[in-house]
Amino acid sequence: MELQDRPQAHAGTGAVSSDDPAVALGGIDITFHLADGGRYQAVKGIDLKVHPGEFVSIVGPTSCGKSTLLNAAAGLLAPSAGTVGIFDKPLSGLNRRAGYLFQQDALMPWKTALENVKVALEPMGVPEREADQRAREWLGRVGLRTFVDRYPHMLSGGQRKRVSLAQMLIRNPEILLMDEPFGPLDAQTRQIMGNLLLDLWSRDRKALMFVTHDLEEAIALSDRVVVMSAGPAAGIVADYKVDLPRPRDIADIRLEKAFHEIHRDIWASLRVEVQKAYAIGEGRELVGGDAS
Amino acid sequence: MKRMKLLSLQILVMLVFLAIWHVVTTTSLFGDVKTMQFFFSTPSAVLTRTFKQLTSGDIYYHLGIIWSKVALGFTLVFFIVFFNVYQGVREVSPTILSNARMLGMNERQLFKHVYWPSALTWMFSSLHTSVGFALVGAVVGEYLGSSAGLGYKIHEAESVFDVTGVFAGMLILAIFVIAIDSLVTVVEKRLLVWRPGQSSTTAT
Repeated sequence: MELQDRPQAHAGTGAVSSDDPAVALGGIDITFHLADGGRYQAVKGIDLKVHPGEFVSIVGPTSCGKSTLLNAAAGLLAPSAGTVGIFDKPLSGLNRRAGYLFQQDALMPWKTALENVKVALEPMGVPEREADQRAREWLGRVGLRTFVDRYPHMLSGGQRKRVSLAQMLIRNPEILLMDEPFGPLDAQTRQIMGNLLLDLWSRDRKALMFVTHDLEEAIALSDRVVVMSAGPAAGIVADYKVDLPRPRDIADIRLEKAFHEIHRDIWASLRVEVQKAYAIGEGRELVGGDAS
Repeated sequence: MKRMKLLSLQILVMLVFLAIWHVVTTTSLFGDVKTMQFFFSTPSAVLTRTFKQLTSGDIYYHLGIIWSKVALGFTLVFFIVFFNVYQGVREVSPTILSNARMLGMNERQLFKHVYWPSALTWMFSSLHTSVGFALVGAVVGEYLGSSAGLGYKIHEAESVFDVTGVFAGMLILAIFVIAIDSLVTVVEKRLLVWRPGQSSTTAT
């Protein structure tokens, strides 16, 4: 694992590589203090650059620190060591240029779908009427035109995710961060949501970091797939480019030969880590106590 | 349909209770009628007295007096409500909070959109018990020592062996508490429309 810990430097993808990276993680270590006084090093020595217009998926075994890494990029979590650069500026505090899509329900249950989307514009000082109109527009774009007045508990899981998506995108953030957003959804809904996401993303191609444990989803959606090792002290073991043509339909693309080849390659390296994660199993927290 | 059934059952329980009370106090099955009435009064007398008191203005003066003691009552329940609100603020889902922060909200907006609505839920859940407690606390306060108020009325009736008056006072207190509680419910329903209730279907 020590050898694999050194992440492979990646030049970015083609034309956009000359731009400043939207997110540049340099030598990120994240160590948690546990309640019992111990320490748990989640990730170690992570170098990762995400360029504008790039869709990067991060896959890895369960609890390898994928979400932790994303939280560092969002500024929700300060790394123990290393730097987070956002468009070549060091990040301090919350990342104001990013939108974040959470795995769990993050909508305010006391607000209707419309109010939930509208409230995202309030910090930007958009006047009430304009905010109302833009929120309706966005809800229409995610296919919820007739559900504007529903409260979150009256919506299905997929519909709530759509509202969250609208809530995030209405602010037009330059960086999109997504933490297993479709994890809790059923298989069909995931496919529909995946296509919706690709459709919305391809209109103005923001930098997108997408954390998932589903390799097929990662390949179908992204330009690059980054594989993380099993925790503790997880690092990046591999960085694959996905050269499938766009626009894609994520249901159809799974049937193509090129998809299978990429899948086989990435799975070869991911599999080792998944097995490692299972082997470490329950004792993981204790093993991680030494680092940093 | 189900609601009607439940309501009629509730009314039935009340009627059975009143009937037993009536039989016990107006027939000599369980003892001397006079003694029974001395201890338990009769339902009809209590209801008549209650009605009389509610229609004459005097009782409202005494009920009004209560408000000065509700202050006392609130000191009794303050901490129940306070800790519930505190809990409400602490138990805000961290995901909702992080999400609101990522949307760029400042402290004031967080309070308005996240903390306050969450605290409100918890406040109302405690307010139901608290309002009852506060009123009972006030009446007990009056009962122990005062020159006016519902507790005073009950105490006064008790000291002249007027059982009917005591029961009538208790009944008025119950009516009063129910009225206040339904007021809380109405406000709660208005403010907490977003809460998942029982899903209802419509027949076609």
